[in-house]
Amino acid sequence: MRNEEKLNSGEVAIEIIGLTKTYKDKKNGDKVAVDGIDLKVFRNEIFAILGPNGAGKTTTVEILEGYRDRDSGQVSVLGVDPSQLSAQDRSWRNRIGIVLQSTEDAADLTVSESVNHFAHYYSNPKNPAEVIDEVGLSDKANSRIRTLSGGQRRRLDVALGIIGGPEILFLDEPTTGFDPEARRSFWELIRKLQSEGTTIVLTTHYLDEAEALADRVAVINEGKIMEISTPENLGGRNEAKARVSYLRNGVREVVITDTPTRAVYELSEEFDGEIPELIVSRPTLEDIYLSMIKSQENK
Amino acid sequence: MTTNLMHAGFAKNPSVLRVGVLRGGIEIKQFLRQRESVVFTLLFPVMLLFIFGSVFKDTIAPGVTFSRYFVAGMIASGLVNTGFQQLAITIPMERDFGTLKRLRGIPMSPVSYFIGKVILVTVSMLVQVGMLLAFGTLFFGLKLPTSTELWLRFTWLVIVGSISSTILGIAFSSIPKSGRGASAVVSPIVIVLQFFSGVFFVFSSLPKWMQDFAAIFPLKWLTQGMRSVFLPNSFAVREVAHSWELGKTFLVLVIWIIVGTIWALRSFKWSDK
Repeated sequence: MRNEEKLNSGEVAIEIIGLTKTYKDKKNGDKVAVDGIDLKVFRNEIFAILGPNGAGKTTTVEILEGYRDRDSGQVSVLGVDPSQLSAQDRSWRNRIGIVLQSTEDAADLTVSESVNHFAHYYSNPKNPAEVIDEVGLSDKANSRIRTLSGGQRRRLDVALGIIGGPEILFLDEPTTGFDPEARRSFWELIRKLQSEGTTIVLTTHYLDEAEALADRVAVINEGKIMEISTPENLGGRNEAKARVSYLRNGVREVVITDTPTRAVYELSEEFDGEIPELIVSRPTLEDIYLSMIKSQENK
Repeated sequence: MTTNLMHAGFAKNPSVLRVGVLRGGIEIKQFLRQRESVVFTLLFPVMLLFIFGSVFKDTIAPGVTFSRYFVAGMIASGLVNTGFQQLAITIPMERDFGTLKRLRGIPMSPVSYFIGKVILVTVSMLVQVGMLLAFGTLFFGLKLPTSTELWLRFTWLVIVGSISSTILGIAFSSIPKSGRGASAVVSPIVIVLQFFSGVFFVFSSLPKWMQDFAAIFPLKWLTQGMRSVFLPNSFAVREVAHSWELGKTFLVLVIWIIVGTIWALRSFKWSDK
């Protein structure tokens, strides 16, 4: 999947051109949430939107989901402009799935009742029992929703998001508050949905999540796109210099180089074999991301 | 791409009415599983009936004890509890919990949501009015009407009263700022209206300003209407207007239905942002 050229030749699922949105606030002054965003999401890719709190991630996604109006720009989601939909028009909503940021609804229903109920809204839903199994809640099928843990609750939210068999699934910060194990198994679920043909758009704070899942990431800050790229190439990461560090006489030495292999080879000769406590590293996605956000703040 | 992408657009969504009926079922199921809602909405008025009915047994007119007067008022209050109070408290909670946002994001017509609410209100109203009628008759000297005319009058009062109560509850749901605070905003309004409208006291003995204030709102008219059904016809002369004023009652309720509909259409909020 991780192939930008292959993706670029693919069918467009979402296209945004020149999107802007300002929240009117008489007391504190208007807040520009989205300030001219352009992006495309291709069919069957996992597209991550990264950015600090208040960067405009949720606003952008909520405009795509048809929850919010925009001020200007063009938006197409599966060929439809969400702002042009009437409340009675249900065919487009059949084709998208939404996993909201936080929900506490239907606490008194069981998992099974809830998923079965939501299946009734769609023209061609998936099998509820299979969906419950797919998100790993079979053991909890007959438990009241209020008894679920945070991670289980989010899995139920995903089940409700995919019960209609959506072509696009939107996930807004899906793994906030998960323990590492729950996060890993959640990622597996998202990959499985992709393998079944779903296009996935997710917002996240977690760089490791974007790196593990996304085919491409968009970094948004202060309502603007800073870069759209694969996680490997973001911010010129693939071309960034490597860092070779080791101990010499008990003191850590660092070499920053374009040719780490040569550096290690030379050091190996010098030490006559093993280099003490050798570490070769490249900037992590987090390093790149933080330097991007910081460089904009300094402007 | 797999086959699950292929089906979109081929099958039809279930009808708005069918989804509305399904929502009604799920609303009732959730209602019955929330102990607070069962106690607060259904049992509380019955408890009040027992407390007031047992304490105030004075005769206020020939053949009319206060408890009988009170039961008529509580039946009118039942329409306000199950419609206005229930919806004005639970809809803001649904907004806080994300229920409304989720429903807005799925292929459901908003009409289906309101059909579900109407079913919930209707069922809880019928249960509540049924219990009040049963306990009132068994313990507090309530006499069920014997003529068809009075039953028909009771029926239209219940229907028109419930419609206005439901619509005003939906309209008012935009006022509480949070789900948690909704009950603190709504309950006092209902209790004050009950005091002013002749539920807890005999209406004709209240100060004039209180009577005038209560006459703006539906509850006063509903209690008076219920008295016309459950008290002897001779009691009419003891009303403030010396008559049951049924035509005026109908008019006031219909005006509130129109006002409430316009208000609800303009103000209903699916999310708090």
